[in-house]
Amino acid sequence: MVVGTSIGGLKALPVLLSGLSAGFPVPIVLVQHRGKDSESGLCEFLNQGSKLPVSEPEDKEPLLPGHAYLAPRDYHLLIADGSFALSTDPPVIFARPSIDVLFESAADEYEDRAIGVILTGANQDGTRGLARIKSRGGLALVEDPVTAARAEMPQAAITRIHVDWILPLPEIAPRLEKLCDVATAGGLTAHGPKAVHYGT
Amino acid sequence: MSTFATETSVLEDIEIGLLLEGLYRAHGFDFRDYSRASIKRRILEMMRAEKLETVSAFQNRILHDAAALDRFLLGLSVHATAMFRDPSFYSTFRRKVVPLLRTYPTVQIWIAGCSTGEEVYSLAILLQEERLYEKCRIYATDISQAVLRRARDGIFPLAAMRDYTNNYHQSGGVHEFSDYYTAQYDSVIFSSGLKHNVVFSEHNLATDGSFNEFQVILCRNVMIYFNKDLQARVHKLLYDSLSMFGVFGLGNKESLQFTPRASAYEHLNTNDKLYRKVM
Repeated sequence: MVVGTSIGGLKALPVLLSGLSAGFPVPIVLVQHRGKDSESGLCEFLNQGSKLPVSEPEDKEPLLPGHAYLAPRDYHLLIADGSFALSTDPPVIFARPSIDVLFESAADEYEDRAIGVILTGANQDGTRGLARIKSRGGLALVEDPVTAARAEMPQAAITRIHVDWILPLPEIAPRLEKLCDVATAGGLTAHGPKAVHYGT
Repeated sequence: MSTFATETSVLEDIEIGLLLEGLYRAHGFDFRDYSRASIKRRILEMMRAEKLETVSAFQNRILHDAAALDRFLLGLSVHATAMFRDPSFYSTFRRKVVPLLRTYPTVQIWIAGCSTGEEVYSLAILLQEERLYEKCRIYATDISQAVLRRARDGIFPLAAMRDYTNNYHQSGGVHEFSDYYTAQYDSVIFSSGLKHNVVFSEHNLATDGSFNEFQVILCRNVMIYFNKDLQARVHKLLYDSLSMFGVFGLGNKESLQFTPRASAYEHLNTNDKLYRKVM
């Protein structure tokens, strides 16, 4: 499950994280837009209200269920072969980390098992990535722009994509809990990540 | 639309595999063990920049047009980095590594994957300030001739200097950063004295072997583009190229933890990715 947010995210992410139970059955990866010189205290801040441990992953660290991961500043964060891959490619729509970059790699990695969540924000990052998740059969949840701190980012997604749910912030975590319960019981995770190897 | 998009994306994976295989067989450049998520993004971006619709068309151009191949290699080697990126890495280098280097009569340094040279000039400045530069030789390598030309030119955008100056001072630099470059229009050129002990040369970490023994090897934010297999191979190459008690530096989100070489190194400082080879 991948989550993207920019302005307003510092208030929205704790609401989301505190609503998820310890042992949440899928890994959660968060992109919060922030400056490259921003303080690294964000991770500690998010840990305070979360029942799931939140950490900044290192390159090639495997994704584990029951964990939340925060994209480190000044890198793009991608997923490949069950592990994180970082990149210092140029910012995408002025953002590094970029929500689109993470979401597109998650769509390719997890196909119809990917869940993309767009929260409050004041730009259009995330829309392309969410479109890729939908096109590969995954699910899209978007915070209701009417009640979001900033409407632009969720609105951009809703305008361009047929999303599965538009929910006020407090209802997103309960919905994800239900979805992932169903997913682990019902077989959404029944097939492993699709392996694509370019090597011979 | 949705079904078609899925097919496109799956086809793209197949086409990228064919492109990388073709490139290896035709020219010996082996990107097959690059991390597939990052290389896919890069290839699709370059394909669009070439105004092509499919990866197959892009493959055709790269295999038949030498200039397109150069652009492709350049595109894969350019990283959006900064001078004195992660200033604490350089301040730790000053505190912990410089005293070690003072004990050697000469120092061989390898910057593996130097891209456009930001790290080369940063390190050269640091070594000059510590009065070590004259006994050092820095080998700066990358896969692309075009990217090495840029690194050798030492020309950077003026707009980046504010950022670099901040980084430089945070890293413990005590001079005026602008003493090291000359500005002209919207570019700056770094002082040629910074590169007279630098050898810029072509080397491919994925396919080439060791070419010297070094007291310092920096390979920062280069292996993040490789998959685990290639990382393991490159770690072996770098280990074999490093002298006993030599210093090894990685990017600040890289780790030895996921490699087979972890036990051969000890940390010089817990917060920075600087290690010393101890076995």
